[in-house]
Amino acid sequence: MKSKFSPPIGKISRIDGQCISLIGDDIDTDRIIPARFLKCVSFDSLGESVFEDDRKTLKGSHPFDLEKNKNAIILIVNSNFGCGSSREHAPQALMRWGIKAIIGESFADIFYSNCIAIGIPCFTLPKKSIEEIQNYCDNQFLFLEIDLENSLAKSKDLTLNIEIKETTRKMFLSGEWDATSTLMENENLIENKFNQLPYIKFNTDLAI
Amino acid sequence: MSQDTLFDKVWDLHKVSSLPGGSDQIFIGLHLIHEVTSPQAFGALKDKNLKVKFPDRTVATVDHIVPTDNQSRPFKDNLAEQMIATLEKNCLEHKIRFFNIGSGNQGIVHVVAPELGLTQPGMTIACGDSHTSTHGAFGSIAFGIGTSQVRDVLASQTIAMNKLKVRQIWCENKLSNGVYAKDLVLHIINKLGVKAGVGFAYEFAGPAIDALSMEERMTICNMSIEGGARCGYINPDDKTFNYIKNKLCAPKNEHWGKALTWWKSLKSDDDSIYDDVIKIDASKIEPTVTWGITPGQSIGISQQIPLLDDLSPNDKLVAEEAYEYMSFNPGQSIKDIPVEVCFIGSCTNGRISDLRIAAKVLKGKKVSKNVKAFVVPGSEKVANEAKQEGLDKIFKDSGFQWRDPGCSMCLAMNSDKLIGNQVSASSSNRNFKGRQGSPSGRTLLMSPAMVAAAAINGKVSDVREFINL
Ligand code: SF4
Repeated sequence: MKSKFSPPIGKISRIDGQCISLIGDDIDTDRIIPARFLKCVSFDSLGESVFEDDRKTLKGSHPFDLEKNKNAIILIVNSNFGCGSSREHAPQALMRWGIKAIIGESFADIFYSNCIAIGIPCFTLPKKSIEEIQNYCDNQFLFLEIDLENSLAKSKDLTLNIEIKETTRKMFLSGEWDATSTLMENENLIENKFNQLPYIKFNTDLAI
Repeated sequence: MSQDTLFDKVWDLHKVSSLPGGSDQIFIGLHLIHEVTSPQAFGALKDKNLKVKFPDRTVATVDHIVPTDNQSRPFKDNLAEQMIATLEKNCLEHKIRFFNIGSGNQGIVHVVAPELGLTQPGMTIACGDSHTSTHGAFGSIAFGIGTSQVRDVLASQTIAMNKLKVRQIWCENKLSNGVYAKDLVLHIINKLGVKAGVGFAYEFAGPAIDALSMEERMTICNMSIEGGARCGYINPDDKTFNYIKNKLCAPKNEHWGKALTWWKSLKSDDDSIYDDVIKIDASKIEPTVTWGITPGQSIGISQQIPLLDDLSPNDKLVAEEAYEYMSFNPGQSIKDIPVEVCFIGSCTNGRISDLRIAAKVLKGKKVSKNVKAFVVPGSEKVANEAKQEGLDKIFKDSGFQWRDPGCSMCLAMNSDKLIGNQVSASSSNRNFKGRQGSPSGRTLLMSPAMVAAAAINGKVSDVREFINL
């Protein structure tokens, strides 16, 4: 495979690179990474197995196997991408293959938040624009410069107003997408909440 | 924006803060973990030198990878053994309660937590598994999370999330005989579509829902995610409270009365406001079967696989993919399609009432000789109860294999898999390409009663022709 994987860290404001198009609605996480690859205690080797079954079926002509796509980092998809199982293994596998951002018609909820949690921004565009880009990608190289500050994706002869939820956009720009430390800053509030919740007192049996 | 629904009340109660980016920080009252989505989360804690914040609020079991034919340790599959050993080690190290194989309480996480009384109204419940929505049947707000969020819950007992909108799905009238919760939820998903629920919590309500048992309500909420809704719930009532009473982790003694008073205050107000309301007539639904590669591609047993022209433009692309993958023809009847494997189990339909219904259909009958049939109880408790009632014997006498509890062929992470392009009649929840372990395997989702009927006839059948229901 390609260059050594390094996970994103901190603020994310720009992603520049080649696009890869994957056509199909309702592509579920079982297809992105079949269940047998979940038998692992680390995500490290998932990149090679992304879309394994689809790739096998297509015998080398799957977009993720095409030589021309091997350096692509921006994935272009259709609607309800990532539906089904909550496995974070799915975006992890995409990320470890090389994907750094996804543009699609729409995304499934859990997949979308998993992407945020590991630093992959997902953007939306109307059906028509997606299809145009996918057409373009199939015939030639498309390089996009994604600018999160202004929610724009630009190429030589194309400017796209890509959409992203305002809260999500801010999380990437501030680095807050990497949530653990932000959440832990509110330690006192968390303790207070724990003490206030009625049911914590009802269930004295939970402890070991 | 919704107001005064149970969802709003529970969300507001658990809100810890508004985060700078605009999402809410939500306290998680009960965190469930299993072997597949937790090891990397514990690994991340270690990397960051963090502890588990409230070990008492996390409970573990093992389900996805366990073999169902021979559960003695070490497992034959090295990788599976490594996963269960990692979970054991993590639970021990972080003092997390773990219901292991042989404890009498192991099983599919969404079967186990309710039967232990861990799942209660008014809680927020999270688990690294999309069918966490199941627990909403008790009036809790329950949703699946990814591994990074599992890490966050372990470290802080909170996650960052945007509040969902609330859609009420009002189910009028009652289900007819031979039609079950599974048929109702497949029908709802078909009507609304597999992505209609994105950004929503689904509140299931109305006379048809009120009439359901707790286990049937779990089947409904379980499949919310198949309609795109991360969270589905039902307002708690006396059935809910009676189910919980006296369970291992239920409130006891003086706590019971207090809990009850609080639980009763939670349900959506009569004048609460929803972002959307949809009505479904439950009496019109027949036994329902999927014919395609998404849970939305279903039809009633008397219907034909839809023609391309009858579908909305948005559904055509996936329908074409489905015709090809399933090798079924548009216009073909779903009834009488031959099946080769029959599977009863999963967190959707692997509970005692599911086994009872299937056993009732099977009693005194034989599985077709062309069919491999097996039943995997949802938990050790379900298995024990079934044995006490003699259900295991009915299954075995009919030709079903009786297995040990686990997820099994719902996702085929153990050795239970379809072979080649076999067609399975399955009581599970996903008919995605390759879901049941063979890249070309074909899954037809249906109720456990319908699976039993299909097993006997060796083809998709109408269970109403089988028994005097
Ligand atoms: S039974 Fe199936 S859907 Fe349920 S938790 Fe197990 S694998 Fe997931």
